[in-house]
This record gives sequence, C-alpha cells and structure tokens, in this order.
Amino acid sequence: MLFLLAILIGVLYGAAVYLLLRRNIFKLILGLIFLGHATNMLLFVAGGLTSGRPAFLRGLQDEAIGMSDPLPQALILTAIVIGLGVTAFALTLVYRFYKVTKTVDFDELSENE
Amino acid sequence: MILVLPIILPLLFMVVLIFTRQWLFFQQAFSLLASIVLTFVSALILSDVYQNGIMAVQPGSWEAPFGITLVADTFSALMMTTTSFVAIIVMIFSPGFIDKERQTAGYYPLVFGLLMGVNGAFITGDLFNLYVWYEVMLTSSFVLIALGGSPEQLRGSIKYVTINFIASIFFVSAIGILYGQVGTLNMADLAAKMRTWEGGSYINSALMLFFIAFSVKSALVPFFFWLPASYHTPPIAITALFAGTLTKVGVYTMFRFYSLFVVFDQQFWQIFILTLAGLTMFIGVLMAASQFDIRKILSFHIISQVGYMVMGLGIFTVSGIAGAIYFTIHNMLSKTNTFLAGGLVYQRSGGYDLKYLGGLYKASPFLALLFFIPAMSLAGIPPLPGFFGKFFLIKGGFEAQQYFITAVAILTGLFTLFSMVKIWNEAYWKKEPDDVKVKNGKVHPSTFIATAMLAVAVILLGVFAGPVIEVCMDAGEQIVNPEMYINAVLGR
Repeated sequence: MLFLLAILIGVLYGAAVYLLLRRNIFKLILGLIFLGHATNMLLFVAGGLTSGRPAFLRGLQDEAIGMSDPLPQALILTAIVIGLGVTAFALTLVYRFYKVTKTVDFDELSENE
Repeated sequence: MILVLPIILPLLFMVVLIFTRQWLFFQQAFSLLASIVLTFVSALILSDVYQNGIMAVQPGSWEAPFGITLVADTFSALMMTTTSFVAIIVMIFSPGFIDKERQTAGYYPLVFGLLMGVNGAFITGDLFNLYVWYEVMLTSSFVLIALGGSPEQLRGSIKYVTINFIASIFFVSAIGILYGQVGTLNMADLAAKMRTWEGGSYINSALMLFFIAFSVKSALVPFFFWLPASYHTPPIAITALFAGTLTKVGVYTMFRFYSLFVVFDQQFWQIFILTLAGLTMFIGVLMAASQFDIRKILSFHIISQVGYMVMGLGIFTVSGIAGAIYFTIHNMLSKTNTFLAGGLVYQRSGGYDLKYLGGLYKASPFLALLFFIPAMSLAGIPPLPGFFGKFFLIKGGFEAQQYFITAVAILTGLFTLFSMVKIWNEAYWKKEPDDVKVKNGKVHPSTFIATAMLAVAVILLGVFAGPVIEVCMDAGEQIVNPEMYINAVLGR
C-alpha cells in the first residue's frame, strides 16, 4: 500500500511539473491543481498510514491504542479547502486574462517594452 | 487575552467593510480609524511583552502541545506594531490615489484581510496554523494585486499567484514531513523535541523545504524574479503596502524558524544563509541600478534590503539580530515611504519612467524633500535610521568575524546610494526633457499628508534610535535564546 501510494505521489508530482512547463496558461493551472493533490497525498502518507482503525473513538483510553492519527486528515482537509479557493481564483484570473488578450499563451505574459 | 485582538479585530473590521462597500466615505474613515485602533492594540501588546516577557495564550483552553498557541515575543510585537502603523499611512494615502472603482470594489476589506493574515503569522505558535495565516495573507494579496483587472495587472498577478502557490506547496510538504518525523505541530514543542532528537537527519530536508518556501516569499536569491515582475503592476498604494509587509513576514518566519529549529548542522546553515544573503543584496542592488522605472528600481531594492536582514540572521549574535530587526523596522517604514513618494511623482508628472521625468525639484521642492528623506535613509546616510541599521549590522558582522559578508554589505550600501541618486538626478534634478511634455498634475492633499507623516516617522526612528535599539536588543536576546520561547509556551 505504502509503495503504491509513493508511486502515485511521484506520478502526480511528475505530471504537475510537466504541466507547469507547458506554454499554455490553462495547463499551468492544471499543474497547480496536480501539485496541490500530490502534496495532500504526501501529507497523508507522511503522517503515518493506519489501515482499518477509526480516527475518532468515544470509548475507553486503551481502545485508543493503534487508532489512526486524525491530525494529518484534518490538515489535508484544510489544505484541500485552501487549494480549492486558490484554484478557483486562479481560474477566474486566467479567464479574465483570456478575455482581455484573447490568448492563453505564455508569451503574452512577458512585458512589452 | 489581548493577544487574540490583532486577529479578531481585522476580521470584524473586514466584515463591517464588506457590507458597507458602496459608502465610500464611510469606508475611508472607518478603515483609517480601524488601523489606528489596531496600532494601539499592537503597541499595548508590545509594551506588555517588553515589560513582562513573552506572552503565550492557549485559546479554547487546549493546553500547549495540543491546541493552537498564540505567542508574542518582542520581535513579533514590534513587527505587528510597525505593520499596523504602515497600514495607517496607506489608509490616509489611498483615498487620494486609488480610483473610486477600485476603492468600492473591495479594496478596504481586502487590506484588513491582509492585515489579519500578517498579524496571525506574527503571533501563531503552531506550524500548520502559520500556513493557514500565510494563505489568508496571500489570498488577500492575490485579489489586491489583481484588483481593477488592467491587462498589466493580470499579467503580473498570474506570475504572482503561481509562484506563491508553489511556495506554499513547499511549505505544506515540509510540515507534513516534519510532522511525520517528530509528531507534533506546536512550534515550541517541536523545538524542544528536536533538541533531544536522535532520529536521523530527515529534519534537515524538511528545513530545506521550509527555507525554500520562505525564501520565495521574502524574495531571496535565486527565488526573487517574481517580485519585480509583479509588484509594479497595481496602483502604487497597494505596492507600498506589500513592500512594507509581505516580504517581511517571510523574513520574520525565517528568523523564528532558524532560532527554534536549526539545531543540527548549524555551521552549514550559517554559511548557506550568509552566502545567499550576500548574493541577494548584491544582485538585487545591481539589477535595481539598471532599471529606468521608479517602481522597478524600488522593487529590486526590496530584494537587496531583504539580503541585509537575512545577513543579520546569518551572523546570529544578539547585536547582529538586533541590528537586523532594527533594519527591518526601518525598511518597512522607509521602503513604504519611497513607494508613496513615487506615487506623488506619478500624480505630479503622470508617469514612473525616469526617461520622461525631470525638473521636479524646481517645480515642487517639497515633493523632492519627501523623496529625499526615505531615499537617503535607505542609502544609509546619518542621522536617518538606515544608517543605524546598517551600522549595527556591520558592527555585528565584525564582532562575529564575518568579514566577507560585511564587506559585501558595505559595498552594497554604495550601490544603494548610487541607485537612489539615480532616481533623484533623473526625476528631480535634471531639466525637463525637451522632446516630451511632462504633465503638470496636482498632488492630492491626503497623499501628500500621508507621505509627509511617514517621512517624519522615519526621521523620528533615526532620532530615537537608542531606545528602539534597546527594544531590538531585547528581541534579539529572545531569538538567540530560544529556550525562553519554548519555556513560555510550554509553561515550564
């Protein structure tokens, strides 16, 4: 499981960097989304994987031994929400940019002196 | 519980301002008042912290390593006070400079969103919470930099959003890796655990990720290219606010992290940071000297000056840190002031390009004076605060026997003077260019008053350098001895 997740994270990071290096601004945003997801997965795995155990228990103290750590999950939840907000803003920005310049090419980003 | 106010108050102000967006005059007056209140609260915290030592609050009664702690030491209180003071000035400046569309499109609420994020980043004692405050601050700045939506701004903000998003990714990955290793997010607890850590050197990789994240945000070499590519695009009041606050949050966090978390391989980190600091100040100032747009010269200057602050961190003695903190405060005021003076040039002459400016000294000597004061302060001419800042840094450098970086700092000072004199010569001193007609505009009184007030503040910071340095020494003491911070938070 850990091995598969590690490969998945690597593939996500690779895809993200590939997309970031494209000439299309929209693909740049896609790259940012991938980057965000790869990092969320990284947080999840780095926080320690515990399979088949709940994160919240109501019962006694000794039942809590071996329960999965709720904190990374809370962190990821927060990071997802933040990532969603920033992505929404970035998409709007690119759309605005497209409406003004009628192109999504990176060349349009360089300043016309 | 006064410590929650710097976060709660901007939030409340923001909510009020969002719902009253159409009443322009109310927005202007209320934000001015609100920023004064905020400065007052921060100053109260500063005096309390200076007298009674580090203040730590556990909101929600969750004790230290489990809940999110708010901590204020002298450094963070100083930074908060200066930030809110800069906000007052920008709030006076903005009504006379920013067009009505932008002002009613949410400029004022966004400024308070920014201030909330900045203050939160200054006083949080929790790693992940720090990330959240960074995002609050950045999201507000994203909208502010794109506000109005001119093509130039859109270009700048796409770069700005992208690079800051990537830096945040570095930040979160580092938090994840560190949490996986050490198992806590409370900064004091983390620092305490690291001091007895035997689990290998993964920590350094996490620290390097942190370092990359913060050097992007504070525009260190080699991560500074986004800054001059985006900072000149919004109206200069917004740039001035950014210049006075945003990069300094990155610098602040770097100080905090270095103090708390650099336990292993200190030698490596010191050399690494000093090298980058030297490169940053030198490359920044060289690139500034080659520009012809006032805003771009000043933007490159931000980079160069960040190098000085980080140099103080690399020296890491009490006097070096104190010098760096004093320098940071001076820079927040003087830098904002030069940007505002640039705004006055724009109102008077209708442009920022030095090639098409001239004769301003003859036309309005007062405006020239308002630029001259902060510019000479940045260049480090006594008795202005820039001189004392550099003096203490260089003195700290000699005491710590870091001769090379000190030499670079002195050399950079000369180039800084050169590029400031360049603006002075081209915009104020030389005759009006023959081939272009320089616009003969009017300066709005509120912008003039704001710039003048800030210039007075810069002079006062220089005149009262002694007492301020005392406070900075106290802050430096706390940074160099992180045990004080750890003990205050963990209640030992």
